[in-house]
Amino acid sequence: MGYWLFWIAGGIAILSAFAAITRMNASHALIYLVITLLSIAVIFFLLGAPFAAALEIVIYAGAIVVLFLFVVMMLNLGRRAVERERQWLLPGIWVIPAIMAGALFIVLGIALSGSEHEAVIEGTMVGPKEVGRSLLGPYILGVELAAVLLLAALVGAFHLGRRYIEERREK
Amino acid sequence: MEGPLGIPLEHVLYLAITLFLIGVVGILIRRNVIFILLSLELMMNASALAFVAAGAYWQEADGQVMFMFILALAAAEVAVALGLVVQLARRFRTLDIDAASEMTG
Amino acid sequence: MEMLWLVPALPLAGFLVLFVTEGKLPKIAVACIGAGCVGFSAVVAAVVGWEYLTSGTDAYSQVMWTWMAVGEFKVEATLYFDYLALVMVGVITGVGFLIHLYATGYMWEEEGYSRFFAYMNLFVFAMLLLVLGDSLLLLFLGWEGVGLCSYLLIGFFHKDPANGYAARKAFVITRVGDTALILGLLLLFREVGTLGIQESLETARSIWPDGSLMNTAIALLLLGGAVGKSAQVPLQTWLPDAMAGPTPVSALIHAATMVTAGVYLIARMQGIYLLSEHAMLCVAFVGLATLFIASFTALVQSDIKRVLAFSTMSQIGYMFLALGVGAWSAAIFHLMTHAFFKALLFLASGSVILSLHHEQDMHKMGGLWRKLPIPFWSMVVGSIALAALPFTSGFVSKDAILLTAADAPELGMVFWGGAIAAAFMTSLYTTRMMVLTFFGETKMEPHDPSKANMWLPLLVLAALSLGGGWFGFTVLDSLFHDHGVHFGLHLDNPIAIATMCIPLLGLVAGYLIFYANVFDRKGIAESGVGKAVGRFWFVGWGFDKIYDSLVVNPFRWLARVNKGDFVDLLFRFTALVARILNNLFSISQNGRLRWYALTMFGGLLLAIVFVAII
Repeated sequence: MGYWLFWIAGGIAILSAFAAITRMNASHALIYLVITLLSIAVIFFLLGAPFAAALEIVIYAGAIVVLFLFVVMMLNLGRRAVERERQWLLPGIWVIPAIMAGALFIVLGIALSGSEHEAVIEGTMVGPKEVGRSLLGPYILGVELAAVLLLAALVGAFHLGRRYIEERREK
Repeated sequence: MEGPLGIPLEHVLYLAITLFLIGVVGILIRRNVIFILLSLELMMNASALAFVAAGAYWQEADGQVMFMFILALAAAEVAVALGLVVQLARRFRTLDIDAASEMTG
Repeated sequence: MEMLWLVPALPLAGFLVLFVTEGKLPKIAVACIGAGCVGFSAVVAAVVGWEYLTSGTDAYSQVMWTWMAVGEFKVEATLYFDYLALVMVGVITGVGFLIHLYATGYMWEEEGYSRFFAYMNLFVFAMLLLVLGDSLLLLFLGWEGVGLCSYLLIGFFHKDPANGYAARKAFVITRVGDTALILGLLLLFREVGTLGIQESLETARSIWPDGSLMNTAIALLLLGGAVGKSAQVPLQTWLPDAMAGPTPVSALIHAATMVTAGVYLIARMQGIYLLSEHAMLCVAFVGLATLFIASFTALVQSDIKRVLAFSTMSQIGYMFLALGVGAWSAAIFHLMTHAFFKALLFLASGSVILSLHHEQDMHKMGGLWRKLPIPFWSMVVGSIALAALPFTSGFVSKDAILLTAADAPELGMVFWGGAIAAAFMTSLYTTRMMVLTFFGETKMEPHDPSKANMWLPLLVLAALSLGGGWFGFTVLDSLFHDHGVHFGLHLDNPIAIATMCIPLLGLVAGYLIFYANVFDRKGIAESGVGKAVGRFWFVGWGFDKIYDSLVVNPFRWLARVNKGDFVDLLFRFTALVARILNNLFSISQNGRLRWYALTMFGGLLLAIVFVAII
């Protein structure tokens, strides 16, 4: 049952991801992205990582995509933007990326199928407790670095956004 | 969710590869910055999926720890990148990434 | 005598102060520092000299610090003070101070007043280091230091490219000699294994008791250095052009001190030369050739400073001759008296030149003797000393040289004959210079710029030029420990009498030719032979032309042929490859983000193929 659930969620994820990159309207694309993220959350849950699944929903689907939507709405793209997207997305543009992606898929597939050993995920749950212990134990340095990275991003985002905000205020 | 689930690790990895390649194709075909960033998120999710799957296979927390780091990275990246998008829209009056190709060597 | 280190340290301090303040000090302060520190140095030198003379020791050496010590080998910065250093230091600080004093007035109107005194002080420091250092290293350091200052000061009026050219010429030609010098010093160091001068001389005496080829080679290489620095044949051509510098520079560097460094070097390295007869003979012949050639050249020059330059060359030639025949004390003595009277002549001519607004052509002067009494009488004194009329200082020293040369075992009469002919020419051209400058009709109106700080040095130097010879009779004769040099009057010997009379004869001849116009001077000069000879003499016997065609022009030709610099081709090829590759790769740098992403994924693909499959 778990196996089929996995492939249903995976299929939805693939389809909605494909839809996300082909939409003309950015808001629609973001909605499809949310669907992909939710499917991935389901897969996380199946794999026995409920904490990751929760974070996927709360932070990815919740915070990050909302931030995207916020910017899209602030830029106020409208109907003209959709038209322009349609002009940009010509059929010819697909050829090289598709070949490339196919080649990469084949290569990775060959690389994956090389192992004789049958690896099966049993789905034992690894809960937030273990994650937290691991995170603040051996990975504490990584946490510190992530904190620094987030601080840098905070400063950077503030700096980039500030002038825009000030100009707005002047107007 | 105790007990044998029976998902082969390879299948999860195939799913991750597929999602990743969709992200790649998305970056290559779109000119709109928003879509490029969106594809980037897709790729990051794909790699996070691979990590979590590997962690689940070994029944260790490390995969999820890596997912956390990817999450932090994505948050930081989105914060800066969207700031850049706003600046791009303001200066070039477009979201076309090729309009900003001033770094010609 | 512990104050010895102060002698070179004071001018160095003066230089540093003037150098650091970058010409921001008022002129009067610059003058006080520039002349003052040399003056104090002279006072210290006098005190040290007095202590040395009364102490009765042979030599005094002062170790300042150890430069380096590697096992047995030790390099110390040592000052060494003996009779030779005494004379040299006396001349450098004493005459140097007088010239500095004069220069405070002479240079007053010029740009770069502070720079001038900084260079002058640096020069005095370097020269003192050269004569006081008891180490081949210090000697070389001072040697190059004075060369540098000479270069800087010849080109002092750097706005005229000709002066820069003259400075460059002086630098390059002395460099030829300096190369020989350093080769000689290195050879000597290799053979004796020490850098101390006194030590190495002793070692040389013990390892080559009868002289050797190596010893001669070293002596000749050192002679090469001395020839370059002292403007002797064949490296003499830079000195006349060096007159482009300000006149006090010509007096200090190109008459009194630096050009005599070669004489000092050979006198200091006496031990090496005494072991090699051939080297001594070479020294004597170099001196003879120079004094002969230069005195003829001086006769036809029209620029007053060039006359004095050639005269300096010829007087240094006398010193070399004296060194070559073994009259060490006479050479050093002549060095001293020459410093007095030549500095006097240069300074007096400087006063004349300044009063005529930098006119140096003697044919445009004339009739100045009533209008410029102090320069005139100074010139008179200097001239009679230069011409070696009896009882002047020049007479005492030159007489000693000529008589010793005549006594030389072989070729004595050759040396004497050449030298006495040149002595005749000396008084002839001196007379000509005086007549052209101060007598005859007035062609230009001088303005008398005389100030106390300018005429005072003239008076002192004039007194020294007249009376300086007494040092020879009294002090120096007892200090120089080589006898067989004849100081004083010797009326019992026909050669001595001839030596005394011939300069007088030259004076009379000069009077008849240039003042009384007994001969048809113009006619001779205009005739074919006279014209050719005059031209030949005027250009200094064509040495410049020879060097131009032998060295300068071939070098220029080579430079022209090799304009593209074929060695550069190699580097240019590398640059070309780099540029082609750059152009190739910059195509890929088109600034399109998606292009970058595409190539990145292409690379990723390749990497995975390599890692995972192969």
